[in-house]
Amino acid sequence: MKKPTTLVDKIWNSHVIMDLGQNTYLIHIDRNFQHELAGATSLNGIDKAGRKIRNVELAFAVMDHVLDTHPGRGDETPIPGGTGFVREFRQRANSHRIRLFDIDDPDQGISHVIAPELGIALPGCTYVCGDSHTCTIGGVGALAFGIGSTDVEHVFATQTIIQTKPKNMRVTFNGKLGKEVFAKDMILYLIAHVSAAGGIEHAVEFAGPVISNLPIDGRLTICNMAVEFSARTGIVAPDDITLEYFNGRPFAPKGEMWEKAAAYWRTLHTDPGAHFDKEVAIDCNDIRPQVTWGTSPEHSVAVDGRVPDPADATDSHSRLTMERAISYIGIEPGTPMEDIKIDAAFIGSCTNARLSDLREAARILKGRKVVPGIRAVCSPGSSETKRRAESEGIDKIFREAGFEWRESGCSMCMSGGAGGEGFSPGQHVLSTTNRNFEDRQGRGVRSHLASPVTVAASAITGHITDPRKLGE
Amino acid sequence: MDKFVRLTGIAAPLMRRNIDTDAIIPGKELIKVEKTGYGEGLFGQWRYSDGKRMENPDFVLNRPPYRDAVILLADANFGCGSSREAAVWALAGFGIRCVIAPSFAAIFYNNCFKNGLLPVVLMDTQVHELAGQVVKSHGKGLVTVDLEKCEVIGPEKQVYPFTVNDIYREMLLQGLDPIDATLRYESQIAAFQEKDRVNRPWIYQY
Repeated sequence: MKKPTTLVDKIWNSHVIMDLGQNTYLIHIDRNFQHELAGATSLNGIDKAGRKIRNVELAFAVMDHVLDTHPGRGDETPIPGGTGFVREFRQRANSHRIRLFDIDDPDQGISHVIAPELGIALPGCTYVCGDSHTCTIGGVGALAFGIGSTDVEHVFATQTIIQTKPKNMRVTFNGKLGKEVFAKDMILYLIAHVSAAGGIEHAVEFAGPVISNLPIDGRLTICNMAVEFSARTGIVAPDDITLEYFNGRPFAPKGEMWEKAAAYWRTLHTDPGAHFDKEVAIDCNDIRPQVTWGTSPEHSVAVDGRVPDPADATDSHSRLTMERAISYIGIEPGTPMEDIKIDAAFIGSCTNARLSDLREAARILKGRKVVPGIRAVCSPGSSETKRRAESEGIDKIFREAGFEWRESGCSMCMSGGAGGEGFSPGQHVLSTTNRNFEDRQGRGVRSHLASPVTVAASAITGHITDPRKLGE
Repeated sequence: MDKFVRLTGIAAPLMRRNIDTDAIIPGKELIKVEKTGYGEGLFGQWRYSDGKRMENPDFVLNRPPYRDAVILLADANFGCGSSREAAVWALAGFGIRCVIAPSFAAIFYNNCFKNGLLPVVLMDTQVHELAGQVVKSHGKGLVTVDLEKCEVIGPEKQVYPFTVNDIYREMLLQGLDPIDATLRYESQIAAFQEKDRVNRPWIYQY
């Protein structure tokens, strides 16, 4: 009998070209998707060294990080050097004949959103991008790794990477999700519950009844933040929901090829009895809507909870880290989260800007207004998501509530990208993004992470708000 | 790529956990296609007290002798967050050739070896002991990192052995280009794809 194998090991083993010893392997990469910010340096490196792209048909590129998201955008971005950068990337991508989803392409969007949406990322494939949130793609059952620019060059030149094999970890979500509790709350709860370093050196399979019932959008949200859990990547086993999601997508296999692929995808699951190096179980009945108070995704509490007191920390290092976070965020320990006034609300990013996210936020915003003085911005995850939202009238709900309705891109998730935009020092920004690091959304900006529903609810009250209190 | 064999010099303690790559090199510094010129932006938000380049005198790398540091001591999960390789280029640009920490984020760790920078994992207590001795000597106690012997020698001559994957170690000792190294395996890559095209044709359908 065959040894029971984990999902990650099955995909890993099927991509090994060479065992290089010491748990290090040369593995084949099926999909190489690059955005302009990391990709430009890699293509420059390829050109400078006079190398060829080995399998250009397996390479894809998109503009998402540096480009502007204001309506009517072109190549111009306010970020110094941004316009030339965008043009140079386009020129290099075109000269190599890489399939580029350019600024005006109807399929443009955040790479991690469009790769599954277009059917480029597929179950069981190995997938890389020069971006740490590449782990998002695990939501469709792919083995996806964020890598640096030199490794991207390596993939362009060889269609492989050299990696140590990750250890196996499984996080099982049991129970039932409560009212206004979403995938974002699940992953924030997990990180706070275990720690931001909880997944270090591991590939994490998210499993259990709650995951099995979760639509692809939610699975992508959870896998998106695997890197905030310090995991090498995250993954969900492909199932009927996954197959249904891919059937008919533009780049997905069709006809006989689909049947062959689908039969293979159905074998991609962890065998009963397979060994995991680490297991965590979460009871979803315990999860209330989450929001972060500090400067790490592990600084997450229930929205009806309070800012913790560093004096309660278990060790001196945690205490120092908490004190530093509290001083940066500028809130007293013990403050109820709902007492925190916000200056801005952002709904966007590879974490939470897919159609279902916008629908949920619109449900809250409908017929309501953002508090005057609060800057509220929505940038859909892809141009296709934006069009579909508009066809459902979601844009109208956002606009009437007082949100800016933007073009698609990474937008205000990070200062410095985002067409050079950022929020102002000292501002409290409630954001559907994945990183509340110091200065992430602008110098001195205080980011609080939450689900689209919690962000929408808070934008219309002006302070962090438990969405369960708003009602339908 | 620059070789890394043995390094002796000033070590700067920056003993915080979860130092992320946004902190190591802020996003606004990234709009470049070259791999050089990032040193000045290293720890930009901490090192400078305004948006320009006004040095914050409290930040460790602005103080002598740490201004001349070639080794950085940090706490757990160093290099977490964004995959930006510019975090490594910024450290290298400043002159840091080695970071010693109890753990590293995976992407940052991999990126180091591609750029002649050595990440050394020591136990939590060992890194804190090293940092304590460096501080006690006001930074003058030098630290040695020997990749051939795989050991760190502290300011008070105590020896801390470490392990590193042989492939990465050879890459640094010999200054090998990782892409050239893999291109030697072209026949194996071609053989894999030939078989894989039969098994999983949908991957190659474009």
